[in-house]
Amino acid sequence: MLFVGRRAALIVLAQALAVAAPAGEIVQVKISDLAFVPAEITVNVGDTVEWVNEDFIDHTATAKSGEWDVMVPAGKSGQVQLDHAATITYFCRVHPGMTGTIRVSAKR
Amino acid sequence: MRMIEISGVAAAIVLVAVTTPVHAADKPSDAQIAHVAYTAGDLDIKAAQLALKKSKNAEILAFANDMVRDHQAVNDKALALVKKLGVTPEDNDTSKGLVKQSSEKQAELAKLSGPDFDKSYIDNEVAYHKTVDGALQSTLIPSSDNLELKSLLQTGLKIFTGHLEHAEHLANALH
Ligand SMILES: [Cu+2]
Repeated sequence: MLFVGRRAALIVLAQALAVAAPAGEIVQVKISDLAFVPAEITVNVGDTVEWVNEDFIDHTATAKSGEWDVMVPAGKSGQVQLDHAATITYFCRVHPGMTGTIRVSAKR
Repeated sequence: MRMIEISGVAAAIVLVAVTTPVHAADKPSDAQIAHVAYTAGDLDIKAAQLALKKSKNAEILAFANDMVRDHQAVNDKALALVKKLGVTPEDNDTSKGLVKQSSEKQAELAKLSGPDFDKSYIDNEVAYHKTVDGALQSTLIPSSDNLELKSLLQTGLKIFTGHLEHAEHLANALH
C-alpha cells in the first residue's frame, strides 16, 4: 500500500512540475555599465526573464513588490519565471538607481 | 609687533611655496589619480569592516558587505590596470588628506555602539561617498590622461553614486 502511495505521489509531483514550467520563452536583459538594457520589456505569462551581467561587480534584480529577488553575480546570469499578468518594477539593491520594468501580459 | 611681522613673512613664504608649482598642483598625474582612487576604496572597505564587527542591524550589515565586495572589485581592476600600464601609484596630498580624515572618523566610530554606531556609520558613508564622487567628477576623471583609467573611474563614479543612493535610503530609514 505504501508503495502505491509513493508512486501516486510521484505522478502528482511530475504533473505539478509540468504545470509549473510551461514552455515559455527566455527573454534576455543585459546588465551593462550599471544599467538594465533594455530597461523596459514586455513578456507573456510563463516566460522567463534572464539577466546577463556584463559588469565586473555583482548586481541584483529585485521586484519593488518584494515578490522576487534575483542575484546576478559579475559575469554571470540570473533568472525569474513570471507567473502572473502584472507590470513589475524592479531595481538593484546594491545600486538602487538601476531600475527596470517588466510588463507581463496574459497569454492569448 | 615684531612677532606678527615675522609670522606674516613666514606665511608669505609658505604661500609662495604652495602656489609656485601651479601646473603640477592643478592637474594630478595618472599615478596620483590611481593612488587617490585606490585609497578611497580601501578606506571605505576599512569602514565597512568596522561596521561588520560592530553592527547588529541586518540592513547595515548587508550594506557593509556590499561596500567590501564592490570596492574590492573596483580596486582589483585598478591594480590590474596600473600594473598593465606600468604606473606606480604615487602618494599625494589628496590621498593623505583622505587617510587622515578617515582615520579620525574611524576612531570616533569605534567608541560608539548599537543604533548610535549605525547612524554615525551610515551618515559618514553618505558624506564620504559625496566627497569621493565630487572628487571623481571635478578632478580625477577630467585630469586622467589614460583612457582606460578614465573609463574605470567613470564606471567607479556610477558604482559609488549607487552606493550614495543606497546609503541615503538607509540613513533616512534610521533617522
Ligand atoms: Cu547594481
